[in-house]
Amino acid sequence: MSLEDKYLITVGLEVHTELRTKTKLFCGCANEFGAEPNTNICPVCLGLPGSLPVVNRRAVEYAMRIGTALNCEIKHSVFHRKNYFYPDMPKDYQVTQYDEPTCVNGYVELPITGKIVNIVRAHIEEDTGKSTHIGTSGRITGADYSLVDYNRSGIPLVEIVSAPDMVSGEEAREYVSELRSILVATGATDGKMEEGSLRVDANVSVRPVGTEVLGTRCEIKNLNSLRSLVRAITYEARRQMEIVEEGGKVIQETRHWNEDLGKTSSLRSKEEAYDYRYFPEPDLSPLDPTAEEVEAIKAGLGTLPPKRRAILVELLDGTPTKSEIEQIQTAINFGLDELVLAGIDRKIPAKLSLARCANEVAGLISNLGDSYILPNEKILEVLAKESAGELTPTQSKVVLSRVVADGDVEVTALISELGFVAASSGEMDQLVEEIIAESPSEWERFVSGEDQLAGFFVGKAMKKSGGKANGKLVSKSLNDRRSQLQG
Amino acid sequence: MSNDDISIETTRHIAYLARLALDEGEVNQYAGQLSAILKHADDIASLDLDGVAPMRHTLNVVNIMRDDEVRPSLDREEVLASAPDAQASMFLVPKIVGEE
Amino acid sequence: MSDLNFIEMSAVEIAAGVRSGEFSAVEVVTAHLDQIDKHEGDVRSFVTQMGERALDGAKAVDERRSRGEELGALAGVPVALKDNMAYRGVETTCSSKILKGWIPPYTATVIERLEAAGAIAIGKTNLDEFAMGSSTENSAFFSTRNPIDLNRVPGGSSGGSAASVAARFAPIAIGSDTGGSIRQPASLCGVVGVKPTYGLVSRYGLIAFASSLDQIGPFARSVDDASLVLDVISGHDGRDSTSLAERSYSHQPIDNDVKGLRVGVITEMLDGLSSDVENALNLAIDALRALGAQVEEVSVPAAKFGLTAYYLIAPAEASSNLARFDGVRYGVRVEGKDMNETYELTRGQGFGPEVKRRIMLGTYALSAGYYDALYGKAQKVRTLIANDFDNAYDRFDVLISATSPTVAFEFNAKSDPLSMYMSDVCTIPSNLAGHPAMSVPFAGGEGGLPIGIQVLAPSFGEGVMFKVASALEAAANYKAIPEWDNKGK
Repeated sequence: MSLEDKYLITVGLEVHTELRTKTKLFCGCANEFGAEPNTNICPVCLGLPGSLPVVNRRAVEYAMRIGTALNCEIKHSVFHRKNYFYPDMPKDYQVTQYDEPTCVNGYVELPITGKIVNIVRAHIEEDTGKSTHIGTSGRITGADYSLVDYNRSGIPLVEIVSAPDMVSGEEAREYVSELRSILVATGATDGKMEEGSLRVDANVSVRPVGTEVLGTRCEIKNLNSLRSLVRAITYEARRQMEIVEEGGKVIQETRHWNEDLGKTSSLRSKEEAYDYRYFPEPDLSPLDPTAEEVEAIKAGLGTLPPKRRAILVELLDGTPTKSEIEQIQTAINFGLDELVLAGIDRKIPAKLSLARCANEVAGLISNLGDSYILPNEKILEVLAKESAGELTPTQSKVVLSRVVADGDVEVTALISELGFVAASSGEMDQLVEEIIAESPSEWERFVSGEDQLAGFFVGKAMKKSGGKANGKLVSKSLNDRRSQLQG
Repeated sequence: MSNDDISIETTRHIAYLARLALDEGEVNQYAGQLSAILKHADDIASLDLDGVAPMRHTLNVVNIMRDDEVRPSLDREEVLASAPDAQASMFLVPKIVGEE
Repeated sequence: MSDLNFIEMSAVEIAAGVRSGEFSAVEVVTAHLDQIDKHEGDVRSFVTQMGERALDGAKAVDERRSRGEELGALAGVPVALKDNMAYRGVETTCSSKILKGWIPPYTATVIERLEAAGAIAIGKTNLDEFAMGSSTENSAFFSTRNPIDLNRVPGGSSGGSAASVAARFAPIAIGSDTGGSIRQPASLCGVVGVKPTYGLVSRYGLIAFASSLDQIGPFARSVDDASLVLDVISGHDGRDSTSLAERSYSHQPIDNDVKGLRVGVITEMLDGLSSDVENALNLAIDALRALGAQVEEVSVPAAKFGLTAYYLIAPAEASSNLARFDGVRYGVRVEGKDMNETYELTRGQGFGPEVKRRIMLGTYALSAGYYDALYGKAQKVRTLIANDFDNAYDRFDVLISATSPTVAFEFNAKSDPLSMYMSDVCTIPSNLAGHPAMSVPFAGGEGGLPIGIQVLAPSFGEGVMFKVASALEAAANYKAIPEWDNKGK
């Protein structure tokens, strides 16, 4: 029996998401990624003596959108100060909602398993600046000194705290993936993990199968991708199982995930009691949204991913495969589900357009800027041609990539330029007659019912035509000839 | 409830939380003075305030917010001129031991 | 140069003269700078003098006038600024070693408003370090002396501002009041000092001591001048979330007819007064009665817990507000072997004993296990105090008390922190409730030292507060005179 069979894993996640406001949470400095160091700073976000915070209305609206999308109650809230010293925190306290956050008691339904993960709270807080550790290792341990850039200081964050409802790295991944697509759909955040606008901390514990009380948990930081998330949780759970198995005790601590080594390591050089001395922030007023405001937020959200997913599942006759569910997720994340729906009106099968959108289009547009507008009409034109057999799947993919890269290109002209014009029926007849003549015994066997030989003839036709032949049409011609012989 | 004397150990812990380097004399002095001052808190310790709401704010206002409009930032050189140490347009600090 | 005595003029008179062209802003400022030259060596009210800048400012005002531009309500009026307000380009220290050398890259709203009204900043005044104290002896740099008696303290924490007005270095000054830091030094130096309603004056740029209690206000040598300055500095500021929209104070000629007004004398603030202060308070009561006011004693029972609540809340907020002085972004750094040690050394050496004491006390009051019993309970007491004041204001238009239990004391007279804290026993409750209160000089006490009467009013009751203060001012006919002018009289 493996260790993994003897222990249960419990995972709870804290997801920090940066809000896509124009300015920071408490001042008018620009909220932008990648600016020159210390150029978006002012007395407030630099914590200069005498400066005071004023809450960004849009940040609060975005937080309420997120809470509403996560099925939370939207409540009266009070900002608190969380006091601790750290150089990237300019006031040496962080302003955050403590025991009275804006959003409480929500949930997320996981797309593949249908499991409910509860959301304990989603609260507004300010981000810290960024420290770069200078020294041989590039990491904090072994650094000689650090350099601090406060451009990020004060950028609005919503921290979404889940209940410890997940049982594996895979489930955590599914949760974050779904959460991300909901967050992006609200328009409150761009969900870019690679730019740090979505950051995940994982609380992991293990306990022997058959026991109820949760084990001691460790918090893992520095999870910068879904892949890291799964790997880190799996590693950390295994580490804890080994400790418990050998009769040891897991120490509650914060651990750092090292992607290169594939390991977590303890962050604290010495165990110290944290005492954040929370108290209500006297420089800010409480937030007290009215019922009308909450309703307006709800009404403004539009159709969210869970509902959009349900629509696509229905189109796939309610029984999508696991890979199709993933295609649906991808399509929704990239806002391509509307394209799939538009395809239905033109008799393009949902399976086809979904696969193309998720596997081709999504990959192509992920590298294009925010202002890029997808040439939906032209994509549909290509998919319609593929569906009608005028383009082979291979050809269709090539044409799609060109259309997405340059929305002004004319589809028919492009197809002829690429030489993807389908063979005429006369050419097709000639081609099929030639390949039958070249392989008489295989033809005999096909006529007598060995259907699998169709692939053999299609392959031959492809080779002979240099890839121009449409496989679908070749099979159709073969079948027609066989029917005539039999008829 | 009554406020007991504050021990030397507690005084040191508080000084650490507040990041104040204190010498022995200061630790002893503050332990005594804090105890004396907190003795005065005994007069409110005995009050029954169960039904009383804490005053968080002398102003009874909510939802004080601003619009999401960009305002000019400070001149970086002017700000860095006040920094005890800087490098590459960033604030230079000694090595950080502990949490990342 | 005219033979007008600019240094004895009120701000109202100066502004009127400069606006009409009767005299120039440069003449006014020069006269005050001369007075500073003569007596600042004795008084030491300034941490930073701004003479050259002030003359430039005065020239600019005069040029605006010569171009026919409209001049503001404080045109050419010199103003002294407590050195806990940010002023771009001018060192701002809070009288602390930890901020020595800090040149702010921005300016406090209040200073912007004063300058927009034509006032001329002539210097940054000394204070108890980070406004923590009642004598200005806690300044890390030097003590300020009381101009009325140079052997005594000016009070605090805005001691430098109060002294500068009493010494005729400026007709007006700006201070901040967290537990009495404007009113108590005003009383001890014989000038008018006002703590406005919380939220009436923007705190943007005021280096915070205790955010929920701090309020900026004026010093002046007359109630009328104080009212004019409050008009200029009050009003909503979008950069301060605690600055109230649609609320500002507007200065008008003060009608000081108090006939029929109901004035309550706070019972809880009668204990512990020195006999000269008690006499002065009784004289004030008699004077108000003689003017037709109905004066009665009234109890504000929870006020007796004010001192306790204050010495939990103010240090708690201060412990957090002063965390940012960490040697990373500005100010002084004492380098240690790592960041943590650098924090500890910087703060251990950069802060003085009283500041450290309050940071320790506040950190303790907020720490796990004590929050409910200390900070939490103190915030509830604050509610009680506000409720008790509300009850009193149901029956009275204003309340009065002595401002300080004693006249100005000698240096080093109160080395025990608790005895110093007692200086603020009458002033603290207004801060806890957020209400306005002011001190008006009323009589000379022991050794001819000034005694102020405190007038308290409900929130936004500045109008009636100034009315009663003005009546007391007129009835008293008392002016505190600097020691150097008093010799041989």
